[in-house]
Amino acid sequence: MSMTSQEWWALIHGMGLGAVYLLAFAGGLAGLYSFRPEWLTESGVAERARRLDWGVWVMAIAAWLTCITGTWIVYPWYRAKPPEGTTDLADFPRYFLLDNPNLAAWHTFAMEWKEHVAWFAPLIATAVAYVVWRYRGELAVRKQMRDALIVMFVLAFAAAAVAGLFGALITKAAPVA
Amino acid sequence: MATKSMTETPDGPAAAAILSSAIGCLVIGLMTTGAEISAGLKAALNVYDPVGPLGGKTLVGVIAWAISWGVLHNMWKNQDVGFARRFRLSLWLLAIGFVLTFPPFFELFAAE
Repeated sequence: MSMTSQEWWALIHGMGLGAVYLLAFAGGLAGLYSFRPEWLTESGVAERARRLDWGVWVMAIAAWLTCITGTWIVYPWYRAKPPEGTTDLADFPRYFLLDNPNLAAWHTFAMEWKEHVAWFAPLIATAVAYVVWRYRGELAVRKQMRDALIVMFVLAFAAAAVAGLFGALITKAAPVA
Repeated sequence: MATKSMTETPDGPAAAAILSSAIGCLVIGLMTTGAEISAGLKAALNVYDPVGPLGGKTLVGVIAWAISWGVLHNMWKNQDVGFARRFRLSLWLLAIGFVLTFPPFFELFAAE
């Protein structure tokens, strides 16, 4: 069993960093939702704030690394142009998909949406991480701000979910190999 | 727990962080649709051939995010600015950004 470097990078991008992001989201969301004074003691707030801080920064960093590796390392292999006269397009995923009317929407819709909307995730996740870090224990008593962070957190997840889901499905239709 | 003593930080820094992330997303959306409308913009965004215009679109969005965050943070770091109002504005900008990156929308402007 062996894997090409392209396959390794696709794995790191999607299954490694993407999975860390999704796991950190689940932990962060639960942490933010339950970060309320009526459910925590004073020492519980301090302990939870530290844990939440770690979780949201892991999510933000994973989002940045996922987008950077996806855009600047994996994507060029996906959109590589086949040499003139190439008939077997299997190594050129973008052209392989566009060449097949039954598969073309994986590029024209799925990849076109995924490659842009994915970049919303690191920006939003960084904003959430910064606010959690800056306000720490205060968030327990700032319900409005906490609720806003939950909304932003879910939006960051939605952007990443579109990218992750379509990424997996596109890879199934035309893997980068 | 003493509620008053735990809410001493002004809400400006939070509003700046959230609004600037929405501005960055909006700019990515504007670049995405803009590249379909203008061939010149699409070419200008092609900062690295193997990545194509995607590289420029996202770089411009990230730069807009960083600059707007710096500017807003400096303006609001010691103030209460009405967090709820800034958050609602952020949601509008994000919604527009999402629409601008949605292929059925931006393909309306694609050159044939």
